Amino acid sequence: MKTYLAHSIRRRLVLQLLIVAAVLAVLLYFSIRTVADDAVETTQDSILGAATMAIADQLRGADEGVEIDIPYSAFSMLSSISQDRVFYRIVVGGETITGYPDLPDPPQGTSLLSPVYFSSPFRDTDVRIAAVERAVLVERSSVPVLVMVAQTRQGQAAIVASMANRAAALGLGFFAVAAILSLLTASSVLKPLHRLAGSVGRRGPQDLRPVTGSTPAELVPFVLSLNGFISRLRAALTRTETFIAEAAHHIRTPLSTVRAQAEIALRQTDDAETRATLHKMIRAVEDSARSASQLLDHATVVYRTDQRDDARIDLRTLVQDVARMSDPTADLRDITLDVTVPDIAVEIQGDRLLIESALRNLVDNSIKYTLADGLIGIALTVESGRADIIVTDTGRGLSGATAKELTERFRRGANVADVVGSGLGLTIVAEVAAAHDGAFTLADRKGGGACARLSLPLR
Amino acid sequence: MRFLLVEDNADLGQSVQKRLAMDGHAVDWAQSLADAEDHLGVASYDLILLDIMLPDGDGRDFLAAHRRAQRDTPVIVMTARSAVSDRVALLDTGADDYITKPFDFAELEARCRAVLRRRGGAAQTQISFADLTFDPLSATVTVGDEVRELRNRELRLFEILVAAPGRIHSKAQLCDRLFSFAEAVSDNAIEVYVGRLRKKLAGSAAKIETVRGVGYRLTDT
Repeated sequence: MKTYLAHSIRRRLVLQLLIVAAVLAVLLYFSIRTVADDAVETTQDSILGAATMAIADQLRGADEGVEIDIPYSAFSMLSSISQDRVFYRIVVGGETITGYPDLPDPPQGTSLLSPVYFSSPFRDTDVRIAAVERAVLVERSSVPVLVMVAQTRQGQAAIVASMANRAAALGLGFFAVAAILSLLTASSVLKPLHRLAGSVGRRGPQDLRPVTGSTPAELVPFVLSLNGFISRLRAALTRTETFIAEAAHHIRTPLSTVRAQAEIALRQTDDAETRATLHKMIRAVEDSARSASQLLDHATVVYRTDQRDDARIDLRTLVQDVARMSDPTADLRDITLDVTVPDIAVEIQGDRLLIESALRNLVDNSIKYTLADGLIGIALTVESGRADIIVTDTGRGLSGATAKELTERFRRGANVADVVGSGLGLTIVAEVAAAHDGAFTLADRKGGGACARLSLPLR
Repeated sequence: MRFLLVEDNADLGQSVQKRLAMDGHAVDWAQSLADAEDHLGVASYDLILLDIMLPDGDGRDFLAAHRRAQRDTPVIVMTARSAVSDRVALLDTGADDYITKPFDFAELEARCRAVLRRRGGAAQTQISFADLTFDPLSATVTVGDEVRELRNRELRLFEILVAAPGRIHSKAQLCDRLFSFAEAVSDNAIEVYVGRLRKKLAGSAAKIETVRGVGYRLTDT
């Protein structure tokens, strides 16, 4: 059976679910990172702000200028959260009076009444800076004093990085769980489809009932059209079968009349010429009837090898039945059928019609080619995992033709022109053997005649 | 033998009836299933020859009903269908045997005989001639106390001769009835079987006489 991977619903479904899961995982990762970034920054900002305010609160206007007593508690507050370096700068009237004069100014045009936070590169690193401005009264005039406290951001970065790692792990975990769930989902979604396919696929060739049982709503249109198709197929098959049966009836019934009348005429005449004509007529009727049967049999075999209806079958009963049915035909020519079967049943797994058809063809062939008073042996033997049906006769043998040639369609032996035949009998046998993983061999028998062997595996 | 022939085709029915009558059988001919039921109601038969496609129904349904009713008259189906599946289905329905149209009357007779033999034999079938008894069903002649088995061709040959004692049968006529039309045989092939039958009849008053240039006849010496 071909697999149409390009159109696999399961693959498409899983792929789409995986894409959604991946997008969600990435979004999750980035949102966690952003939140973590913000949280860490806010924490740092509030400490920086508190430190800045603590310094600003110590500003006093003095006689000569601004007096400041930097409280070291402000810095200890900062160092409590990390090992980052801390910088400060106090600017009075545009002049740095203490701290690091190269600490960058706050952005222009912002109100500095409450602390303003900004990030900026400083020296060889990045710093977070809090800035606040206070007006200090010096000699009755108001002097603006800018207080800035900065801290490097390694600690913050470390915390963010560790949170990002966790976010990544979380994202991956989420993705993995989503992937497993999407596989399970795809399987469970497709289960009804597989069940449906299985129930249709397991059917035998004769089973053309509509598909029933619970079906998901989405599959109902499919099942409906499948059932529609099945009923059309059944109608077509029934029509074909009826047609074939009627065609056979309409052809064979007049042929039977011709044959019967010819036989009656033969009884009533002693004229040699008339008799020869009647003989030819009867032979022609026989020939056409036989060819029709063989063609029909061959068609049945070809159809059934595709759509086998396997069951446990007992070869012993089958061999005995075929022999019993063929006995009157053999008896007409004083041919003895010698049947040898084991004492116990020989069961194999196979299609009864196919095997019966093959065996019947073998026996018919032997009867056809064996002279009056001959002997045909039909033996069933079991050895090393296979059952052999061996048909031997005292007929004319293969006369040089190989088994391979004789099993070709419409191919007949070189020594059989005087016997009615279609050249399909052995083809049927070989096809049936192949359909059952068996083998068919044909050879000349020692002492004259042929020996045909149909081997079927015991399963 | 007494046959009930169920066949709707007039030409074929007539030919079969005529042909079987030639071999000394009594044949009642029914052209429909209803007709067949009527016949079965008033007479008993050794064998029913049943067609499948009939104007008032399917022969297989008739066969199934026949078996359900526990009537044990053997049935041989004359089928126009030859597919293996049809044959298997027929036997499963309860047919004793089947024969595919167009058929060889010799084969039909052989099948009838096989069915009757399998069923344990019908009524009295023995024929007495001169000082011997002939039983076609068991294929034996009894000469004195000695029971002699006949092979199929010897049996058929004796049947032909004993049906019309004293009448001369030509070699050609005998050949037609003994050999299948698929076989190419010369008229002289019959001599072998006449020879064999003479051996089986040895010691009895029944003799097969050669009428030179014409054929053979059975006489009671």
